[in-house]
Amino acid sequence: MLEKALRGNKSYFAWIGFLLILVGMGFGFYLRQLGFGLGVTGMSRDVSWGLYIGQFTFLVGVAASAVMLVLPYYLHNYKVFGKITILGEFLAVAAVTMCLSFIVVDLGRPDRAFNVLLYPTPNSVLFWDMVVLNGYLFLNIFVGWTVLEAEAKSVPPPKWIKPFIYLSIPWAVSIHTVTAFLYAGLPGRGFWLSAIMAPRFLGSAFAAGPALLILICLFLRKYTKFDAGWEAIQSLAKIVTYAMILSVFFVLCELFTVFYSQIPEHMYHFLYLFVGLHGHTGMMPWMWASTILAAIALIVLINPKTRNSPGTLAIGCAAVFFSLWIEKGITLVITGYIPSPLETITEYHPTLTEIGIVVGVWALGFLIMSVLYKVALTVKTESA
Amino acid sequence: MDDTRRSFLKIAGLSMLGFGAKPVVDAVAGAGGPKFEKDPKAFNGKRWAMVVDQQKCLKAKDGCKDCVLACNSAHNIPSFNNPKDEIKWIWQTSFEHAFPGQENPYINDYIKTSLKGLPFLVLCNHCDNPPCVRVCPVQATFRRPDGIVAMDYHRCIGCRFCMAACPYGARNLNWSDPRPFIKKENPEYPTRTRGVVEKCNFCSELLAVGKLPACVEACKEKALVFGDLEDPNSEVRELLRTRPTIQRKPQLGTRPQIYYIL
Ligand code: SF4
Ligand code: SF4
Repeated sequence: MLEKALRGNKSYFAWIGFLLILVGMGFGFYLRQLGFGLGVTGMSRDVSWGLYIGQFTFLVGVAASAVMLVLPYYLHNYKVFGKITILGEFLAVAAVTMCLSFIVVDLGRPDRAFNVLLYPTPNSVLFWDMVVLNGYLFLNIFVGWTVLEAEAKSVPPPKWIKPFIYLSIPWAVSIHTVTAFLYAGLPGRGFWLSAIMAPRFLGSAFAAGPALLILICLFLRKYTKFDAGWEAIQSLAKIVTYAMILSVFFVLCELFTVFYSQIPEHMYHFLYLFVGLHGHTGMMPWMWASTILAAIALIVLINPKTRNSPGTLAIGCAAVFFSLWIEKGITLVITGYIPSPLETITEYHPTLTEIGIVVGVWALGFLIMSVLYKVALTVKTESA
Repeated sequence: MDDTRRSFLKIAGLSMLGFGAKPVVDAVAGAGGPKFEKDPKAFNGKRWAMVVDQQKCLKAKDGCKDCVLACNSAHNIPSFNNPKDEIKWIWQTSFEHAFPGQENPYINDYIKTSLKGLPFLVLCNHCDNPPCVRVCPVQATFRRPDGIVAMDYHRCIGCRFCMAACPYGARNLNWSDPRPFIKKENPEYPTRTRGVVEKCNFCSELLAVGKLPACVEACKEKALVFGDLEDPNSEVRELLRTRPTIQRKPQLGTRPQIYYIL
């Protein structure tokens, strides 16, 4: 089936070519990092995780969100999602690939990455994260591909695939829960030490992922022959709306606990985030941008009129996506380190090399997504 | 594994499988213990710990940093001269950074007047319940039976999960190749490569040959006292019995093993 990705019009190939150039550029920057070490990034002794781990965290959410299509379609037989479930699964494949790439580019010694398999360590959350992420990648490739292949042959999907589909549902929840536990179990980091971390991660995941999917569906509707169906898009929009409300609610819960209890180790981080601490305001513009975008998103999405029209829906979904991208991709990780456990403040500024690598990995993800979508949509339009 | 059992295994292995099995049997039998002999002079502690006596530090010369410098040269610590890449195993910092959350105007005043505002020494606490060990995905950092939290530089993948987990900022990554930045190399201790984490090791390499940690040895005022907590007659136990001490962030349940006398 993969050969279907080799046929397309000019703009398809222009897009693929563009992504390939970005991937190549990112790889060039990565070679620089490999040669010199992680010192080429803006990370430091105090802020020892940065953009890479932030992107990783955000993308785990995007990957997990496929369950928002798989669950209604397969568990509740919600036929409307029939056409786009595969898009969710393939989006998950692209997102998990990006996650794994971000982990690898973040390692100080990538040549030793396989030590994680050589010395399996069940008490480390990172070990489990690797297990669940790879498992999820496998499940989505396997399920997506098998179902699509059946469709290409105009036969129903084989029965034995069902257990894998059902397994992928709790598995999706697990990847984001385990990723939240990376943070939520560390004794000295007040910003992350919160039981609501995992629910908050899931809430934001189920908003950001489907929001991206809506944007993709709207794009495909406008520029290709593939129409996901307005009802499907509307159902997704409702999912995004509720998930976004929950996500904001969880953050407010966090703010209440922190500011009503007034425990300094917890409060300082939030102060740094929203108003700055001792004159350091590095995260403040980002956080407010995220807050304003979240407000716009909620206004647009809760109002049925604006949610029902493609133009405003796109604005709402873009606002959700970027608001949560800032929150999880940037502020969540970095603020955990500011102030440091010794209550000193070192700010973090990513370098050009670091940003180049981030762009390269994103381009790789989009490349995988575009190729898989091309295959899926060709099958769908041919069999329709 | 005791000797009778080992030779039984050997005999059993040989008789069952013939001589071809010898290397296998050797490997199995050898897994029971190290193949090298311990230095007879080695210190054999059961639970190493340290007491830092700020009162004694008072008597030192102005701006004394002997302990820090001794550690730096004993362990080939590079000097990058910028806080971003900095590597430090033991260093000096003010009370509010060493003990955040415990400061108040009166204790700050006490430190300024009675302790001459001298900085506090901070280093890895060799926690009894170390979160860094809990999170490491490859067991590159581990707790030895004698309580030392050690690093395997050859296994570490540089994921920096341990740096996020340590509540004392005790850990360092080699953000780039440290070797060009080592002032004078000490051949007795390995240099590290870029991309691995390192931290204070309580001078396990010196303890193994019957020497005290470099910082302890370097302090002319004997402000650093190192010893075995399981030995009721040790100097550390004596100090802990007779002087009130505090630890850094004991509320986190890490059970830090550096004790401070104010
Ligand atoms: S002080 Fe930090 S590095 Fe040292 S044992 Fe405790 S948690 Fe680990
Ligand atoms: S950086 Fe090294 S020592 Fe620290 S958790 Fe990762 S592998 Fe373990």
